[in-house]
Amino acid sequence: MQFLNGITLLLVYQLVGEITVRFLGLPIPGPVLGMVMLFVTLMIRGKAPDSVDQASTALLSHLSLLFVPAGVGMMAHFGRIADEWVPITLALLLSTVITMVATALIMQVTTRWFAKPLAEKEGGDE
Amino acid sequence: MNEPGLKDIWVYLSTSPLLGLTITLVAYGLAYRLYLKTNSNPLANPVVTSVAMLIILLLATGTSYSDYFEGGQFVHFLLGPATVALAVPLYQQFSRLRQLWLPVTISLFCGVVIAAGSSIGLARLLGGSPEIQMSLAPKSATAPVAMGISEKIGGLPSLTAVLVVITGITGAVLGTKLFEWIRVRDDTARGIAMGVAAHGIGTARAFQVSSQMGAFSGLAMALSAFATALLVPWLVDLLEAWLPV
Repeated sequence: MQFLNGITLLLVYQLVGEITVRFLGLPIPGPVLGMVMLFVTLMIRGKAPDSVDQASTALLSHLSLLFVPAGVGMMAHFGRIADEWVPITLALLLSTVITMVATALIMQVTTRWFAKPLAEKEGGDE
Repeated sequence: MNEPGLKDIWVYLSTSPLLGLTITLVAYGLAYRLYLKTNSNPLANPVVTSVAMLIILLLATGTSYSDYFEGGQFVHFLLGPATVALAVPLYQQFSRLRQLWLPVTISLFCGVVIAAGSSIGLARLLGGSPEIQMSLAPKSATAPVAMGISEKIGGLPSLTAVLVVITGITGAVLGTKLFEWIRVRDDTARGIAMGVAAHGIGTARAFQVSSQMGAFSGLAMALSAFATALLVPWLVDLLEAWLPV
């Protein structure tokens, strides 16, 4: 029952997110707004109920499975990918490498700049 | 196919969601086992092997993607609630996040802008059509978010979904090697970079390295989904104004 409650709650937040986004014409996807609303709820409540914790752990522990049907969609785009494979492959590969390297270096440098004194001060936090 | 009964069964099965759903789970189960057998070698990423198995199977049996997706959509649908579920690790890591909010915010902002800007720029430089450029732009965000953005900025959502998966795989396969190479050893920074560049597939990989890297990757994926949704349409407008095609 816990798991079912958790899944139901996640779906309710997604639904409310989708409706709000459409109603207000917001530029963000519904599930993202649902995530923000759930996050705010958890902050206000001060703890994540077991049901939500169970359902989210179950979904997130096999996150890569959820991408499989979309990946198989490659077969519907073989033509387009074959036509423009040079820009697609190179842009995708290089951009992913650049993003990963740049983000890791920026995070490393900015952590050294800003977070050291803070982290030392609040050391044993949880 | 000389036995008429078998053909009838196949015709029935190939139009029912049961087949698509079952083969997705079976293929992933096999791929995951293979992945564990190779000691979690990133090259044997379960998404790569299961997608390859399924495409070969569908091509060999002459089944169309839309028939397969009748069943596949049930798995695909769960990406929505999974996005909402990201609020939980985000909440659990909040105390760490609060300490690091400034570096995380700066890295995230730069990471999202670099991911979208470099993919549009490189695709344009290499002669990719505008549709391809726009389909590539949100590729580092998690699938449902990227598809929504792609639709808004004039890309092809279903192509974006494919590019998102390939990006995630690229990040998961190359990530740890790249971090060694640039000498980033802190799991917080590695996790943030993995989550920003390679969303859920990268996060799945990060959890295998360490739970701290996984948590930060999940956090970065959640935050960058939000940041991508807000920043990319704006960035596209900006690029159109500065560098018209």
